[in-house]
Amino acid sequence: MSIWQIAWRSIRQRALASSLTSFSMALGVLLVTAVLLVYGLVSKSFTDNSDLGYNMIAGAKGGKLQLVLNTTFYLSEPVENIPYTFYQQFLTKQQQEEELELMKPEKRGELTDGTYAKNTEFAIPVCLGDYYQNFRVVGTLPKFFEEFKDYDTDEPKYKFREGRNFEVWNDEHGYFEAVVGSMVAQKTGLKIGDTIAASHGGDPNDIHTDSPFTIVGILAPSGTPNDRAVFVNMEGFYLMSGHAKVEDTEEVGANVTGTTISRRQPLPIKQREVTAILIRTSDPFSPIIIKNRVNEGNVAQIVMPVMEITSLFELIVKPIQTLLLVITVLICFVSGISILVSIYNSMNDRKREIAVMRALGARRRTVMGIVLSESIILSVGGGILGWLGAHFLLFGASPMIESQTGVQIGLFDLAPLPRKLEVLIPSAIIENDWIGPLFSLELVIVPALILLAVLVGFLPAYTAYRTDVAETLSSSP
Amino acid sequence: MLKISNLKKSFRLPTGERMPILDVPQFNVAAAEQMVIVGRSGCGKSTLLHLISGIGTPDSGTISINGLDITRLSEEGRDRFRAEVMGYVFQTFNLLQGFTALENVILGMSFGRGGTDRDRARDLLRRVGLEHRLNAHPRTMSVGEQQRVAVARALANRPKLLLADEPTANVDPANQQSIVDLIRETCQEEEISLVMVTHAMEVAEQFQRVEPLEKLNLIAQANKAHA
Repeated sequence: MSIWQIAWRSIRQRALASSLTSFSMALGVLLVTAVLLVYGLVSKSFTDNSDLGYNMIAGAKGGKLQLVLNTTFYLSEPVENIPYTFYQQFLTKQQQEEELELMKPEKRGELTDGTYAKNTEFAIPVCLGDYYQNFRVVGTLPKFFEEFKDYDTDEPKYKFREGRNFEVWNDEHGYFEAVVGSMVAQKTGLKIGDTIAASHGGDPNDIHTDSPFTIVGILAPSGTPNDRAVFVNMEGFYLMSGHAKVEDTEEVGANVTGTTISRRQPLPIKQREVTAILIRTSDPFSPIIIKNRVNEGNVAQIVMPVMEITSLFELIVKPIQTLLLVITVLICFVSGISILVSIYNSMNDRKREIAVMRALGARRRTVMGIVLSESIILSVGGGILGWLGAHFLLFGASPMIESQTGVQIGLFDLAPLPRKLEVLIPSAIIENDWIGPLFSLELVIVPALILLAVLVGFLPAYTAYRTDVAETLSSSP
Repeated sequence: MLKISNLKKSFRLPTGERMPILDVPQFNVAAAEQMVIVGRSGCGKSTLLHLISGIGTPDSGTISINGLDITRLSEEGRDRFRAEVMGYVFQTFNLLQGFTALENVILGMSFGRGGTDRDRARDLLRRVGLEHRLNAHPRTMSVGEQQRVAVARALANRPKLLLADEPTANVDPANQQSIVDLIRETCQEEEISLVMVTHAMEVAEQFQRVEPLEKLNLIAQANKAHA
């Protein structure tokens, strides 16, 4: 009979006290795991999404964080717009001509290379502000799904589960083609060929029924906020009523009400606006050059999403996480103390049992080991229970978390390592699909629990160690 | 088998003085011999057993078991020696309440090098007539049954020397004889030396060799003379 078996029988003998102390430990570990898991996955989601393939966002002057949250994560309130002509500053003359050729606006003006064209690898405009049910509608160009590549494979980052990318102009659907994210399709039941009408600013009484978009593609799940967005052709977005920039002149050419799709005329350049531009610069020095020049002007601002996300985490999320972790670790510590109290209180009753075991030949360190084993079983047993509880709890809540944050949580997804620790492990291991995910902060829980168990078990174990066998056996039972 | 010479033991009193309790010039037990030590309560019978088993340490003297002087062993060495060579039957059975009868017997072989043998534990319980109570917990067993389990546990590690400290003191008269018979028969079958301590003369009379502790222990003799 091993010391673990002996310890287990002793725990069984005090079933109620053991269950309660183990349960309190389970509760502590549940909270620690939940905090680590939620923080880790949200952090990873933010970090991954900051690596979508662009390194700068141009948008209206104002809150930098709001611009990032709005553009990258489709969170927060929509921001102000910037002129379409500003977007053109990131395109070469040839790129502008190619795009306008497809859009066919009535007035296009004289075209020259954009100011920042030579510093730009690609620039993608996005227009925000409309909703389909609770999902953001993103007006953009087809290159949104072409330019963003997977860093490792160079394959397009977004794949289509069904259908195809939307087109700027399609003979059947005109300017009104749309692609929906995987979760939008799942939640709404939308399928290829269905039509949707966006609501202006999410107002259910202000639905653009005059401009229905036909769904031509459904994205494969990407674990990004794009899973819960509807992407429409930007030209169609402009043609929805109320999307033309109001001007003093009579130069409004897009009164679409009552007209057929084919007869609608694209907006003139002057009336066009975009909410943000997703930019990937051509070299490492360009971000500074572009940022300085743009931020000096009055039209727009440039923000670096990674920097904003990092500062958001460092300033707000991380302190909250640290606070939560401290509280939950304290709960674990208190649970550890309750294990100490439980075992220590039982030592008086068990003195005789220990003396008997010693009389049967158990060495001092054996009885000490038995008591420590009890402490470890209670701590680790409770810990495993809490760990499983946290995973099942979050898995149960994953649909809600996913709809709120876009973060998908699998039953046994482990909290990822922070980047600072990830760099300490060879990339071949971290990137391995099988071994990589095992490097998790949650792995710290088991050795931490064993350490805690040894610490809290030491006092009762030492009492067992010091038991005077002859005296105890001589005393009355 | 067991050779004791010039064994002395005293206890420290709260006043700081030492009170001698044992002074045994010579005491031997042959291999497979069965003997009983009798004496009144408090005369040092249990202390003598504790010293022989290595639970306690003498002030001076030697205790040789199978030629090995256990007083020269470290505490850990004595523990291991006890686990492998000795069996111990207590007056109050001292079964572990959280363990079944079978587990209590297995516990008796858990601390030596030989490892545990579940079949032997079952066999021992069968021999003491408890094959139907293997999974019973001590609290559900009668006093007689508990002492039978204690005897089986003491024999579990195939000891060479069995120490029995008043094994019938807490047992009713009906069970008393069967416990004594059980211990004696098993020791005979397995050629185990038996040192039993008792104050029950009806038990002592059944043994060929009966040693009053007052005869072995000079301190007890002196106390008796003084009284």
